Amino acid sequence: MTQASLEALAASVPDGALLALPPDNSLPSVALAKALMRRGAKGLRLLGVPVSGFATDLLIGAGCVAEVQTSAVSLGEAGFAPRFSAAVKAGTILLRDATCPAIHTMLQAAEKGVPFMPLRGVVGSDILAHRPDWRVVQNPFSETPDPILLLPALQPDVAAVHAVMADEAGNVWVGRRRECATLAHASRRLLVTVERVVPGNMLEDERLAPGVISATYVEAFAVAERGAHPVALLDEYGFDAGYVAAYARAARTEEGFRAWAEEHVFNRIAREAAE
Amino acid sequence: MSGAVQPEERLAATLARLILDPAAPPVRHIAVGAASPIPAAACWLVAKSGHPVRLSLLHKRSGNPFTEGTRELFDLTGQGRIDLFFLGGGQIDGQANINLIGTGEWPGAGVRFPGSFGSAFMYFMTPRTILFREEHSPRVLVPRVDHVSAPGVSPPEVFRRGTAQALVTGRCVFRFEPARARFVLESVHPGESLETIRAETGFDFDAPDQVVVTPDPSAEELALLRGAVCDEMVETYPEFCARVWARKAAA
Repeated sequence: MTQASLEALAASVPDGALLALPPDNSLPSVALAKALMRRGAKGLRLLGVPVSGFATDLLIGAGCVAEVQTSAVSLGEAGFAPRFSAAVKAGTILLRDATCPAIHTMLQAAEKGVPFMPLRGVVGSDILAHRPDWRVVQNPFSETPDPILLLPALQPDVAAVHAVMADEAGNVWVGRRRECATLAHASRRLLVTVERVVPGNMLEDERLAPGVISATYVEAFAVAERGAHPVALLDEYGFDAGYVAAYARAARTEEGFRAWAEEHVFNRIAREAAE
Repeated sequence: MSGAVQPEERLAATLARLILDPAAPPVRHIAVGAASPIPAAACWLVAKSGHPVRLSLLHKRSGNPFTEGTRELFDLTGQGRIDLFFLGGGQIDGQANINLIGTGEWPGAGVRFPGSFGSAFMYFMTPRTILFREEHSPRVLVPRVDHVSAPGVSPPEVFRRGTAQALVTGRCVFRFEPARARFVLESVHPGESLETIRAETGFDFDAPDQVVVTPDPSAEELALLRGAVCDEMVETYPEFCARVWARKAAA
C-alpha cells in the first residue's frame, strides 16, 4: 500500500489490462477513468461488476478500450450509453455479454482460489451460446438429469474503486458496498481513489471495520476529491443527473464527445496548473 | 390533484392486483430492480394497503437493504427468499422469451439494448415474474425475439422455480400459461379492444369470447397512490412523482 498521485495511479495501469470497474451505484472511480483518458490508455479490457456505466462510456469514447465484458451498459435515467452503442454498431469493441450473477460468481471463484463455480439459471439463454468459456455439465450430486452452468474463475489484472476515505494504515472504507471487497479479493491489484485520508487505523473501530477493505488488498491509493462525480458516493454526495444528461446529449456524436471531453477531462489539468 | 385516473395509476393498481392474486404463489418479499417507477408504485400500494410484504428496492438511496450490493439480491434469490420480480424487454415474444441484448446480428448490430442484467438468472429462480413494458407495439411484442436473454419456459430437466405470471403493457393485460407457452388476453385498458390489441401485437395469443376492460383503481387505491405511495417514492423517482402527481421532492 502506498499513497500516490491520481496520474501515477493511471500510469500504473498497463495498456491491454483487464480492468474491473463497479457500476454507477457501487463506487466507480470516475476520477481514475478520466486520468486514464489523459494518459491515452489503449486496448483496455473492461469488466463491468456486474454492469457498466458512465466511466465505461467515457473510456470507450476516448478510444481506450478493446473489449468489454459486462451484463449491461447504461446511463440509468439518462438512457443508453451513447459511445458504447456507437462502438457496438461500428464493431470497434469486442463485447462479451454476461448476466449479473455470473460475473459475481466468476469473481467469487477467483476470491476462493478455485477454478470454477456453478450457477443456477442461464441454461437456454443465448448469452450461453456466445460464451464458449462457460460450460453446462450434469450436476454430479444428482441421480436425475440436472444440467448446471459452470463458470471459470475470473481474476482482473486491476480493479479500480472510489472509496470515502483511506487511513494511515492504508485501509480504505467502502461502507455498505461490500461487494467491492469481493472485487478486491479477486483482483491482482486494487487501485483506490478516496475523498480524504484520516488518522489512525479504521480496523480498530468496531463500527467502521465491516465497511473496510484491508490494506492487504490495496496496492495504491490517491486522493481525488469528488472522485466519483457525477455518480453518488454513499451519504457523501448525490448523483448529478444534470451532468450525466448533458453528457448523454453531447456524446451522441463523436465530435460532441470530443468537445465534452476537451472541456471536462483534458482541460482540467491546464486549469489546475494555472491556479 | 383532479380525480381523473392517470394511465400510470391504472397500471400500478393492475400490477398490485396481480401481486395479490390468490391463485399465484404467495408473496412475502418483492425486489424491484432498475428504473421501474410503476412496478415500485404497485409494490408500495400493496404494502400500504396493509399486506405484510417486504420490499427491497435496489435503487433506493437511503434505507437500501443490501450490504453486499446486487450480489446479495442474486444470492437471496438463489436461496428462495425473493418471491416476485419484474422484468421487461426490448423485445418480448409469444412464448414469453425476453430480449435485452438487441436486434440484428449478435450482439445487437441493429439496435443495441443495454444488456441482459440479471434476467438470465432471475427469470428461472423467482417463483413468479411479472413482465411489464409500457410500449405495446409490433416492434416490442414480436413473433420471435432476435436474441433470448432469458427463455420464457424451459425443458423439464432444467431447474426452474417459476415463469411469467402475466405481461402488463400500456394497452392490456395478458396472462401467461406456461404449460402451453402461450399468452391469453385477460383485459384491455379503456379505449382498446381485441382488434386494436391484435393490430399492435406481433405475436399470436388466445382471447376469451367476451373481452373485459381493465378496472380503474378504487377510490381507496387512488388515495393511497396519491398520498402514502407517492410519499415513499418521491426520493427515488422525483421526475415520475412530479409528472404523475405534481409532487415536488423536498429540497
